[in-house]
Amino acid sequence: MIIEQLSVFLENRSGRLHEVFEILGKNNINVSACSLADTSEFGILRLIPSDPIQAREILKKNLFSVNVSEVISFAAPNSPGALSRTLKILADAGIGVDYLYGFSPGEKSFIVLRPDDAAKAVAEFQKHEMELLSASDLYKF
Amino acid sequence: MEISIWNRHFETMPREQMKNVQSERLREAIERVYYNVPYYRAKMQEKGLGPEHIKSVDDLNKLPFTTKQDLRDNYPFGLFALPMSEIIRLHASSGTTGRPTVVGYSRRDIAVWSEVMARTLTSAGVSKNDFIQIAYGYGLFTGGLGLHYGGEKVGASVIPISGGNTRKQLQLMNDFGSTVLACTPSYASYLAEAIDESDIRREDLKLRVGIFGAEPWTDNMRKEIEKKLKIKAFDIYGLSEIIGPGVSFDCEYQNGLHINEDHFIPEIIDPDTLEVLPEGELGELVFTTVTKEGLPIIRYRTRDLTRLHFETCRCGRTLVRMEKCTGRSDDMLIIRGVNLFPSQIESVLLEMDETTPHYLLVVDRINNLDTLELHVEVEDRFYQDKISELQNLGKKIKNQIESTIGLTVNVKLVEPKTIERSEGKARRVIDKRKIR
Repeated sequence: MIIEQLSVFLENRSGRLHEVFEILGKNNINVSACSLADTSEFGILRLIPSDPIQAREILKKNLFSVNVSEVISFAAPNSPGALSRTLKILADAGIGVDYLYGFSPGEKSFIVLRPDDAAKAVAEFQKHEMELLSASDLYKF
Repeated sequence: MEISIWNRHFETMPREQMKNVQSERLREAIERVYYNVPYYRAKMQEKGLGPEHIKSVDDLNKLPFTTKQDLRDNYPFGLFALPMSEIIRLHASSGTTGRPTVVGYSRRDIAVWSEVMARTLTSAGVSKNDFIQIAYGYGLFTGGLGLHYGGEKVGASVIPISGGNTRKQLQLMNDFGSTVLACTPSYASYLAEAIDESDIRREDLKLRVGIFGAEPWTDNMRKEIEKKLKIKAFDIYGLSEIIGPGVSFDCEYQNGLHINEDHFIPEIIDPDTLEVLPEGELGELVFTTVTKEGLPIIRYRTRDLTRLHFETCRCGRTLVRMEKCTGRSDDMLIIRGVNLFPSQIESVLLEMDETTPHYLLVVDRINNLDTLELHVEVEDRFYQDKISELQNLGKKIKNQIESTIGLTVNVKLVEPKTIERSEGKARRVIDKRKIR
């Protein structure tokens, strides 16, 4: 249930983000989820590609700094308080959250989250019967 | 108009007589280093030289050169020619990999330093009636104390305020009625703007002379500072290995800097062939100190590029003149008066094993102050998904440089392979300052 996410180091330069997606598109790699974090100096693009290994190789070949990190993804009801209840599970277990990103297209919300201990987070969520998504689930969207 | 000269005897000595003085002092100096500094003795013996082979300044070119590396290799006191009990002062400049260049002064060396600085100040029209505000740094750096000794020697009222603290500089300049400002030219420009922005009126200030050095500056900068501060600006040149400030100085005709050659004999060499070049040719400046006792230095390669002129100056001084240095025969940068070699940055980066040696230094001058930006390529192996860790990496590099080199630096993390490489070798420095 642990998903491999790529993060790409980007300088704050216009057109740079476009280049990443252009390269991935040309190589027929789909991106299921992504988020861009920015500081005044640089940005970090986080994305979940259909083929993490190949995506990493291609980006590296194009001279990007790429890092693979472990994230988890889950679905929660699209209703007030739902995310709060989920996060409480992690908080009660003493698991820290580095960042998360998500979207609620309909009845469900889908969240990608980076815990400081991915394996422990998966175990906690399973214990509470949360709807965890696997990498293959994500690629289907 | 009467031209003030501190030491008319030496400063206007006929050249033939100067040559005799230099030759006599050189013989004594060579004798001292040969018998007191094993390093020099060994180097001379390698060339089959003894003190008996050095009879006059014409024999200078037989002697081996000394470089900054030689000083480092003999760190800290290996090249001193006196027992430490006779050394009354140590100064040091920042160095690569934590090894500074150390210089030692005997009581007489300090007296010589005061003498050459008194000549420097007198030549700029400074006298006992002046108030001299010394905004060069005091401490291990030789700038502050060098000016201090000269100021005291001519009998001026010395204000040892040291560098920085601009508000206080303006306050004392106003309240004490400083007539002379001694600092780096870039700090002088900065102060000029600070005066404009303050409620101090220029006409209330008594400032009339600036003694500026420790970093390269152009004639245009001089004119600009003179206009902004409404003063006459004088250039000074020196380096701690030779004595500190006081090696050479401007006179009111500003027609090249007069070298105190009865103490420091200059030569110009071709930095590649190491051959001595004739008068007027551009090459690397080399000095031999002939009166220094603590750290006499033989044919020191300054790496500064300039020309020498021997004809008598309109001010009456016969001392040889050097042009403003036009560059360096190495890659040293002078930033806010601090000497910086790109290799120093490199060793800081290499020490923190998580960084790459690929970097670029961007030097600029913004609002008259030198700025230093360091671009570091973020390679895969230390790239982290977390922003905080990347920011910490930047901070770590910044702190490391500040604590080892003493320069504030802006660290910018850039993508791998974005720093331009020429023939596989990265370009290390972009100097945007227009100072040459």
